[in-house]
Amino acid sequence: MSIFFAVLRRDLMLALRSPAESLMTVGFFVIAATLVPFGVGPEPETLARIAAGLVWVMALLAALLSLDRLFQADYEDGSLDLLLLSPGQTEIMVLGKVAAHWLTTGLPLIISVPLLAVFLHLPLEALPALLAAMLLGTPVLSLLGAVGAALALGARRGGALTSLLVLPLFIPVLIFGVAAPEAAVADLAARPHLLILAGLFFGALVLSPWAAAAALRLAAE
Amino acid sequence: MSAPGFAPPTTSSTGLAAEALACLRGERLVFERLSFSLAPGEALVLSGPNGSGKSSLLRQLAGLGPLHDGRLLWNGTPVDTDPEAHRARLAYVGHQDAVKSVLTARENLTAWASLGGGGGEDEALATMGLGALADVPARFLSAGQRRRLGLARLFLRPVPLWLLDEPTLGLDAAAQAGLKAALARHLEQRGMIALATHVPLSLARSQELDLARFSPVRAAA
Amino acid sequence: MIDLATFANPARFSRIAGRVFPWAVGATAVLMAAGLYFALFASPPDYQQGESVRIMYVHVPAAWMALSSYTLLAVASAVALVWRHLLADVVARAMAPIGACFTFLCLVTGSLWGKPMWGTFWVWDARLTSVLVLFFLYLGYLALQNAFDDPARGLRASAILALVGFVNVPIIKFSVDWWNTLHQPASIKLGGPAIDASMLVPLILMTLAFEAYFVTVLLLRMRTELVRGKLRSARLRAAEADEYLPNIGKPA
Repeated sequence: MSIFFAVLRRDLMLALRSPAESLMTVGFFVIAATLVPFGVGPEPETLARIAAGLVWVMALLAALLSLDRLFQADYEDGSLDLLLLSPGQTEIMVLGKVAAHWLTTGLPLIISVPLLAVFLHLPLEALPALLAAMLLGTPVLSLLGAVGAALALGARRGGALTSLLVLPLFIPVLIFGVAAPEAAVADLAARPHLLILAGLFFGALVLSPWAAAAALRLAAE
Repeated sequence: MSAPGFAPPTTSSTGLAAEALACLRGERLVFERLSFSLAPGEALVLSGPNGSGKSSLLRQLAGLGPLHDGRLLWNGTPVDTDPEAHRARLAYVGHQDAVKSVLTARENLTAWASLGGGGGEDEALATMGLGALADVPARFLSAGQRRRLGLARLFLRPVPLWLLDEPTLGLDAAAQAGLKAALARHLEQRGMIALATHVPLSLARSQELDLARFSPVRAAA
Repeated sequence: MIDLATFANPARFSRIAGRVFPWAVGATAVLMAAGLYFALFASPPDYQQGESVRIMYVHVPAAWMALSSYTLLAVASAVALVWRHLLADVVARAMAPIGACFTFLCLVTGSLWGKPMWGTFWVWDARLTSVLVLFFLYLGYLALQNAFDDPARGLRASAILALVGFVNVPIIKFSVDWWNTLHQPASIKLGGPAIDASMLVPLILMTLAFEAYFVTVLLLRMRTELVRGKLRSARLRAAEADEYLPNIGKPA
């Protein structure tokens, strides 16, 4: 487990030294979401109807944008070799990197959701369910994203490739992530959707590090 | 002492031994039937023209590159039976320095020390003559200083096997002398070194391995 | 000397493939002819959907092929990753585009069928949506496979992706079905559960025809892959021999 915290601390320290990268992801998230009223019109009813879905779609895209910095920098400067050579399991190392990625992108996104909720007229009763869904769902994005980012290392057009690989895998998170706040608006229980999201989280927690570690070893060959 | 071993080493030998290694890069067979044995206190100097597979062999010895054929033994046991134990007994310095510009020299080392389990950053910095630069962010370091910082990682954790890819690259005469002394000390303490170098380091108890001899094309010619 | 291809058995594969191939071609032709005859002439129009139900005889087998190809792709990828078996790589590489084509065919026929039935070329029907996502998975697989300068690297990366995708297919399918029931479900489905026996005959024949066609094209593509591999290593050897020429005179 020590490798988990060592990698986590290292990546958090790196992120803190160049905070612009995290902030840019959040900036993209907010700006892209505020573009929507220009596209569909500013009527509060229209926006309220689609707000939860919009927040999620923008979160997916923002997460995607941040994925290339998960392994790319370490791959380019040779750190990846050393990470793979550090004593301890590579899968745990991957988990440490994913945790750092989530803390520096997923969490800031969630924190900025209330702002978007105001902009997009999200029904107030949907907000707690949306936040809970994002707390469970955004780690899945980081976990699945790690697989895509690791697979695309060293490829031509790596960034666009990562999107192509992981976006279809994000669909279940999107579906249940939106279903929870919508259920809350319809006065139904959001709990079942949140439980499914939790299931997706645990599934991804078990399988993604394995696949990402295999992909990293392949990239280092 | 220069006996590049065609003779298969006995399995009871201590240290690192390679038996009939082969390396494919892309679909090109770089070398094949490469064998050597490296006893404690010995150095293995890899030579050969560009593209003869020096870096690839070092990566294979580190467990980063796949063995396309043959076996790698540590004290007579194949290393792939316990890759984690192999990782714990080696230090690898590749072409790239794996230095993060946003961290100071000391922080760079601390990050690696916490990953690998080790310490003594200040001694390591002093050994490579970087004591005065400990708190300078690495982006202000010159290429040679970054190289020295990369090499300082060797001293964080006492491991028997050092794998060095062109360690003298970018080092001035003083730094080269310092490195030579450090290598000699490591050998005195019954450590092992495998390195690719273009600069003669005149190490005691070293054997030279000319990789061109194992190129399939040369053999055919 | 290790043989560049571990690869004694591709020779055996070529021999077997050569023997099976004419049979596969023949079976495809016969089954396709019989299937089309039953599908277009010897089966009744649907009481609800009329003549357009005949699209089902292409659409449904294509959907089955799309899914079974992906399954086979995952199996081949697992074999390639675990045992590093060359032939499994060749199978995976050869069949991914075929599977993608079946998926595309399923989408196109589904969309064509939608026009007379739903009055629009695209409805977010649960099955069609799942097939669309499957198509994206195929696209990602193919893109990853071809994104590297070293084809072996692309193969192994895409093999990992195929396994990840395979685990996700049922999850995606479940999510999409569930999402679909939440929103308005389509009233008429292409190839619903109650199928009359007169429709079953052309459906089975067309499915078998597609299977035979799949085997035919797979064998053809595998042989092409093997020949391409040989060609590549021959070129490589030629280039290498040239590159090392100046060194030959020097003492070893």
